[in-house]
Amino acid sequence: MSPIHYLHAFTGVVKREFWRFIQQRSRFLSALVRPLLWLVVFAAGFRAALGVAIIPPYETYITYETYIAPGLCCMILLFNGMQSSLSMVYDREMGSMKVLLMSPMPRSWLLISKLMAIALISLLQVYAFLAIAWIAGVEPPLLGLITVLPALVLVALLLGAIGLFLSARIRQLENFAGVMNFVIFPMFFLSSALYPLWKMRESSEWLYWICQYNPFTHAVELVRFALYQQLNLEALAITLGCTTLFALLAILSFNPERSARTMPARG
Amino acid sequence: MAASSLEIQSVTHRYGTRVALNDVSLRLQPGRFNALLGPNGAGKSTLFALLTRLYRVQQGHILFNGVSIDRHPRRWLAQLGVVFQQSTLDLDLTVLQNLEYHGALHGLSTRTIRERSARELEWLGLADRLRDRVRSLNGGHRRRVEIARALLHAPSILLLDEASAGLDVASRRAINNAVRTLCHERGLTVLWATHLLEEVQPEDPVIILHRGQVLAQGSGHALCEAEQDPSLGALFERLTATGEASA
Repeated sequence: MSPIHYLHAFTGVVKREFWRFIQQRSRFLSALVRPLLWLVVFAAGFRAALGVAIIPPYETYITYETYIAPGLCCMILLFNGMQSSLSMVYDREMGSMKVLLMSPMPRSWLLISKLMAIALISLLQVYAFLAIAWIAGVEPPLLGLITVLPALVLVALLLGAIGLFLSARIRQLENFAGVMNFVIFPMFFLSSALYPLWKMRESSEWLYWICQYNPFTHAVELVRFALYQQLNLEALAITLGCTTLFALLAILSFNPERSARTMPARG
Repeated sequence: MAASSLEIQSVTHRYGTRVALNDVSLRLQPGRFNALLGPNGAGKSTLFALLTRLYRVQQGHILFNGVSIDRHPRRWLAQLGVVFQQSTLDLDLTVLQNLEYHGALHGLSTRTIRERSARELEWLGLADRLRDRVRSLNGGHRRRVEIARALLHAPSILLLDEASAGLDVASRRAINNAVRTLCHERGLTVLWATHLLEEVQPEDPVIILHRGQVLAQGSGHALCEAEQDPSLGALFERLTATGEASA
């Protein structure tokens, strides 16, 4: 197998994700509606109650909508990462996972391709959200829309890797509801996506420390700074480290025997 | 090019304490339609999972052209075409998209995939369904698409696990004949797992598997003669009723 064969396999995995994404228009719409609801409805209600002091990377007072926009970008990536976990479990239960497993390519390469494919699809949705948010008055610097791209890619890879790792642990499709309750919601709410951590510290010291140890907090901060053309080195280091860790865990815990065993062997 | 050989040597597989395959040894006739006959629960699907490396071989060896598949697993997978018992097509994608995905996973370029897809589907009588969603195809057509997909990367060994299950008689016969043509025209070594005797011809190399054990193997004619059974059906019924291996 030469590099060109690897490239063909990568392209194939990305194309399939894209085809499936186009098929599921409701998935695209719900991915947009969810953060927009937060931006338009939730932020309108909380704007008055939650004053945001001047904190980096912002150089002046900002609206609450401006504050939560990076967190909502990450929310899209988070839901997409978990959606990928769901689709892996679905593929496993339906049998189409076998097509992937029968490939002569290394399984690590196939999983990395899958991860990249998830990230690319997620980015389309994030930029669609940023375009609508712009109309709603959230206007980061134009150059920031470019400098945020690498940060978004890294965060998408992190959340996709967590999704793939979870998919290896989830035995049945029915267990996916647990992922919502025990992964997505705690990750999102126990982070700096909706409120600055100093606000959290004022209310509860131990909640503050949980937020500090949540990788999603650092992912949000990485995106927030990059959107304003700044680099948060601490956030970058933690996000990069966690991405590597979860990608490795996803590859190591990927067990083809489990994929085959979910299929009824009748013969 | 000489047809490829596949040999299974003393393979045992357990699910916990339950033995699914017990010291199974068999050899496929290169370039022939080899029938793996066995009732439900015989261990055919477990054997397929081992051959396709979905399960790790716990005990014994599987040799492809004389070399263990564990030594060059990716080379083995590149030479293997498989049609599983349960459909593995993505119903929401078109026929071509399913084929493109599979071909890409085998490192083929889009151009090559499209050329080969057109050729295989033409031969299988589905050339006009290339852009149709798989969901819109009937069971027989879906099976043909799976066969086309299994052939896309030009394998030398083709495994089919109950490929005709759930199809009407005409579709079953058509698929069976199509696979036989592959042996004659392309020299493919085929392993066709089934529990239906009408899918096996007397001159086919036959392996009878029951409760995880090989009870008999040889050509249908030779087995009947040696066992003094009037037909393969009678032999199959007798062996699977008693569970004793033939002499």
